[in-house]
Amino acid sequence: MDAMKRYLRSPAAVIGLILLLFVIAMAISAGLLYPRDPLALAGRPLIWPFSNPRFLLGTDNSGRDIAAQIFYGARISLLIGGVATAIAIVIGILVGAFSGYYGGWVDNVLMRITEAFQTLPNFVLLLVLVAVFGSTLTTVTIAVGVVSWPAPARLTRAEFLSLRNREFVQAGKTLGMKDIHLILGEILPNALPPVIVYASVVMAVAILLESALAFLRLSDPNVASWGNLIGLGRDVLRVQWYVSAIPGIAILATVLAVSLVGQGLNDALNPRLKGR
Amino acid sequence: MRILSLAGRRLAASIPTLFLILIGVFLLLQLAPGDTVDALMAQMGGGDAATARELRKFYGLDLSVPAQLANYLWRLVRLDLGFSSIYGKPVATVILERLPPTILLMTASLSFAFFFGLIFGVIAARGVNRWPDTLISTLGLIFYATPSFWFGLMAIVVFSVYLQWLPPGGFEDIGTVQTGIWRIADIASHLVLPTLTLGLIFLAIYLRIMRASMLEVSNLDFVRTARAKGLDETHVVTRHVLRNALLPMVTLIGLQAGTMLGGSVVVESVFSLPGLGRLAYESVVQRDLNTLLGIVFVSALLVITVNFIVDLLYARLDPRIAAEG
Repeated sequence: MDAMKRYLRSPAAVIGLILLLFVIAMAISAGLLYPRDPLALAGRPLIWPFSNPRFLLGTDNSGRDIAAQIFYGARISLLIGGVATAIAIVIGILVGAFSGYYGGWVDNVLMRITEAFQTLPNFVLLLVLVAVFGSTLTTVTIAVGVVSWPAPARLTRAEFLSLRNREFVQAGKTLGMKDIHLILGEILPNALPPVIVYASVVMAVAILLESALAFLRLSDPNVASWGNLIGLGRDVLRVQWYVSAIPGIAILATVLAVSLVGQGLNDALNPRLKGR
Repeated sequence: MRILSLAGRRLAASIPTLFLILIGVFLLLQLAPGDTVDALMAQMGGGDAATARELRKFYGLDLSVPAQLANYLWRLVRLDLGFSSIYGKPVATVILERLPPTILLMTASLSFAFFFGLIFGVIAARGVNRWPDTLISTLGLIFYATPSFWFGLMAIVVFSVYLQWLPPGGFEDIGTVQTGIWRIADIASHLVLPTLTLGLIFLAIYLRIMRASMLEVSNLDFVRTARAKGLDETHVVTRHVLRNALLPMVTLIGLQAGTMLGGSVVVESVFSLPGLGRLAYESVVQRDLNTLLGIVFVSALLVITVNFIVDLLYARLDPRIAAEG
């Protein structure tokens, strides 16, 4: 409760929460407000925003409703961001937990692999994965998750290193608890808060990575995503710049919301570090 | 000397990492649909199965996967990255041609982000929780959330289409042949927008870290001592706080080198710069897997080099590291 009060006292965190709720509301209401396929032809191409009440945000180069694509795009961004983050955090926690708990050669091997992933630029690895496995919604989501796990893994490992010799762990060991039980049931709950807070950073980056991929036309072309729309708008950038501008603002707002909420949570959960 | 041996040891430790990356990506690419010969045949406009078999034999693609991997690694030791069937040149030549714009872009963006991140971070920390801090921190958050490719496009609309101050893309003006200083000026004007675009997110990160690290260091005892000695504020900040607050910034350069290289893929595509990042994108689209693997190798090498330089810099800034080494 204290943490929640502290959270609500920070204006930035509250703005972030409102923005995030707004994006979530957009994703939920997309089907209700725009029952038709957002990628279907809706009207004349390249209608400017606010000039036709039927298309509040105008239409793109092939006459599809931009507002509908923005609403459906919220679904895609949140879906990819959420699932990819979950994948990255789960892999990260597993690698970090085993590495930090066992130390020795397990730690050595796992950290070498982590280092390899960190040495290779993650966008380059993402390109390799897309080149190999193709670019459907599922493969892109998994690929974004797979390139994002090293940072959470290092964070979890650091937490485990500082927790593994505490009394409660030693007590568990003396009681004859199995390693897996100690790792998942005893240490992990204590190591989790900073990792969960860090998930907001992973999610922000994941949304940006997917939109960059979509902009390069290497993501799934059959879904209404913000990155796809920006890439499409590039062809008419010189005059109808709004086709690219509008979805960009949507991405900016979503990533901003996610980072503000993450920072707010961090400050609320670690009040001593506030202002850093 | 001590610094060198320390950094050298770190460098040696990264060789296994490099091999791990290459083996991993090599095996991964075996799963890709189509190989070099398929790409080559498509380039030639098709051919019969016998020719394909012949070519596969020529490129050593008929061997088992471990044998191919061994071949590849052995060629790599001799700095032979294979042959790009799309460009009709050795991969090493293709990559070397594309390397200068990327290195130029990365250096420029890094300097831009580091310099302004440092200045804004110091200003924000000096006026903590007052309006300069709020303004700078808010801008930092917004920059951090801005997709770089979108910022690039909007910059093109404003500065190239409407104001017509800067060229919208390319590395240099191909219409006119320029030499000497004019050529440099021309390339510089082409790199202004890409540099800003790529550097923006790093500017946001650097100013945040600089602010936090300034605040942390200013509370330490030696700063209080410096103030108690009667030093003026400028002196305390520049001589005592700044040097120590710089350490996390320098670490960050090493950590962010890969991210920056990844970001240049997108930025080079926006501004059609003929660099390594654009080559990576093209080789994915054209299924030129040999080149892609070569780029993986070179980008890992670049990241390792940057980290080596950072190690040297770090030891220079913090003598304790060299002494403990």
